[in-house]
Amino acid sequence: MRLASAAVLAIAAAFLASCATPQRDYRPDALAMMKRDFHGRGIAGMDRLNEDAVQAACNKYQDNPPQEVADKLQKEQLAAIKWPADGKLLGDWKSGERIAQDGRGMSWSDKGGVGGSCYNCHQIGPRESSFGTIGPSLYQFAKLRGYGADIQRYAYGKIYNAKAYNLCSQMPRMGHVDALTEQQIRDLVALLMDPASPVNQ
Amino acid sequence: MKRALVLGSLAVAWAAAAQTPDPTAAEFDKFREIMEQDNPAELFEVKGEELWRARRGPKNASLEQCDLGLGPGVVKGAYAQMPRYFADADRVMDAEARIVQCMITLQGFKYADLAKQPFSNADRTPDPVSLITYVAAQSRGMKVAAPQNHPKERAAYETGKAIFFYRAGAYDFSCASCHSVDDKRIRTQPLPNFTKPNQAIGAVQGWPGYRMTGGVMHSVQWRINDCFRQQRFPEPGYASETVSALLAYLTVNANGHVYRGPGIKR
Repeated sequence: MRLASAAVLAIAAAFLASCATPQRDYRPDALAMMKRDFHGRGIAGMDRLNEDAVQAACNKYQDNPPQEVADKLQKEQLAAIKWPADGKLLGDWKSGERIAQDGRGMSWSDKGGVGGSCYNCHQIGPRESSFGTIGPSLYQFAKLRGYGADIQRYAYGKIYNAKAYNLCSQMPRMGHVDALTEQQIRDLVALLMDPASPVNQ
Repeated sequence: MKRALVLGSLAVAWAAAAQTPDPTAAEFDKFREIMEQDNPAELFEVKGEELWRARRGPKNASLEQCDLGLGPGVVKGAYAQMPRYFADADRVMDAEARIVQCMITLQGFKYADLAKQPFSNADRTPDPVSLITYVAAQSRGMKVAAPQNHPKERAAYETGKAIFFYRAGAYDFSCASCHSVDDKRIRTQPLPNFTKPNQAIGAVQGWPGYRMTGGVMHSVQWRINDCFRQQRFPEPGYASETVSALLAYLTVNANGHVYRGPGIKR
């Protein structure tokens, strides 16, 4: 009895101690320091240091936001996707392969001409062995998932704005931030979805 | 001449080895071992020592009285114990930031001139790069021991950590996007997980480094700058507190590991 209550007291004391000395949040210090120290260069302006709502939630919750926060923001991101007016989501897979290979774009040393940087993180076509592994393999994308309209729509939406499907995904929002054009995204969808694409051989 | 021949044939072997993904890293490690026995970084080390001892700048003074944290003029072991807090500047400084500070206070150079083109290219190696290579070489074989005694050193670590995890910019990237998970790579380039001590040493080891790509000597200041470029951020100021704080986070995580001196990088 005495032991048990001592244990309870010890646990309670430890709990109170952990409450009394909360881990200080250094993010405001970090942001203030960066705003002091950085300067805009080329196309990379100082505005890029500011978080948007998605970045703010992911930073605040270490990429693991509460479900209701994630649901609300994902819904907003999904609603902001601009789908092609003519409904055509499938472009030219050969052009898609070139875009997937092209790692240029959006840095201060880039002047224009944005690629998808896809191979940086994904395995895609069978002939390219120099691929990254931060994202999942996309080899045989449609062969494994099907060639249907719903999968096409998912592929287009995911490339356009990965955060509409997984709020704190590591994947950039290539359409949302105007990195890739509608036609470029169509061509990437074709690389993944066209039955003739080497990805699905 | 002999060096050029060795470099040439090794470069061919390296290029051939770079064709396939996984063996590349292993091949490059072998390549690096051979190269480090005859490392071009040594040339910059010698140049840096000359610059350290020479009377230069508007004040016609040498850097021999520069305090790198272990007392004026003590170079041995200093690099492995930075970033650290310096009372005269009232901030935490990494080694290159401190050298720049000494060039300003002791020799009378101007920060704006030193920051104008701080990184090496094919035509020019800035003096601080040679100096940092000399200073770093004097910590070869020593254990990394970045201090966490002063409150500002602890604050720099925590601020650096927050910078490391801060996602923003056009692609929502942070340092952690590439460097907080084990066994990932970009294309064929393996990515160390800097949140783990045995991999955080990867942020320290080999810097300053002779970079095969372009054949130039670079310090870790350059590397951090290029990380922010690839992160699609704006540019951090040369020798700024942001860079020192980030280096404090990375280096303290690597404390206890042996620093091998200036190295070879791809």
